[in-house]
Amino acid sequence: MSRSEFKKSVLSGLLLACAVAADADSAGARVALLPKYQQECAACHIAYPPGMLPAASWQHLMGSLQKHHGTDASLDEAGVREIGGWLQTHAGTYKRVNEAPPQDRITKSAWFLRKHRADEVPPEAWKRAAVGSAANCAACHTQAADGRFNERDIKIPR
Amino acid sequence: MDNISIWVRAAVLTGVSLGSLAQAGTPAEQLAAYTAQAVATAQPARGQQLFTSRQGKDWRCASCHTATPTVEGKHASTGKVIAPLAPAFNPNRFTDPGKTEKWFRRNCNDVLGRECTAGEKADVLAWLLTLKR
Repeated sequence: MSRSEFKKSVLSGLLLACAVAADADSAGARVALLPKYQQECAACHIAYPPGMLPAASWQHLMGSLQKHHGTDASLDEAGVREIGGWLQTHAGTYKRVNEAPPQDRITKSAWFLRKHRADEVPPEAWKRAAVGSAANCAACHTQAADGRFNERDIKIPR
Repeated sequence: MDNISIWVRAAVLTGVSLGSLAQAGTPAEQLAAYTAQAVATAQPARGQQLFTSRQGKDWRCASCHTATPTVEGKHASTGKVIAPLAPAFNPNRFTDPGKTEKWFRRNCNDVLGRECTAGEKADVLAWLLTLKR
């Protein structure tokens, strides 16, 4: 390999590393959703990217579906096994996602709260009818259903 | 009738009604299966009452599905849009018995704090089938 070729390959390697790091910063690389996860979990809320919670949180959630944030979201055993296994494989491992948030809620994670501080999202925006709940990612993150949370896709409803 | 034959008859009857539900791919077939299981005629008015009024817990069926589920509803806590429930307005509804049973189990638990009886399911489904375009 010539010197310039070497430089090029180092450079592209660095760029790739940066891209991966940027992805990790937005709580994990995007993974293709398990159809069963989409079918069962996304019936009531968007399919939250598995990388947004650590494995321990997913394990708690999948073990207590009958009392799932105040509603019965129970599944048959095969469904729990399939979805639970997939969530364990794709759970967040990045340092900010490593710790189980209170009540296993994504919206109570330190990284979530930091990214949604009052200087980013005006407090009154959360109360608008089109938002309703912090769990309603898609109210502002227009591509949330596809697991995309880029800044450029954000549109806070009036 | 001796004890054994009672149990045999019960087992056969249960098998028949559950079996027919397991194969019921249309709303009318599912209604027939629930009615057979309940051994009573379904009453749409009673179904509407169950659907639209509070049953002891905070949520009614109508909290998410609206009181006239011919239109889209909205999940009471997440805000997620819910497609119409009345089969005449959404041909996918009540076509998969496993799915029907799963949602009755979950949602009855949220609304009544227990599972619904076959009779209650028959009443609700009978009412939903009266909602026409």
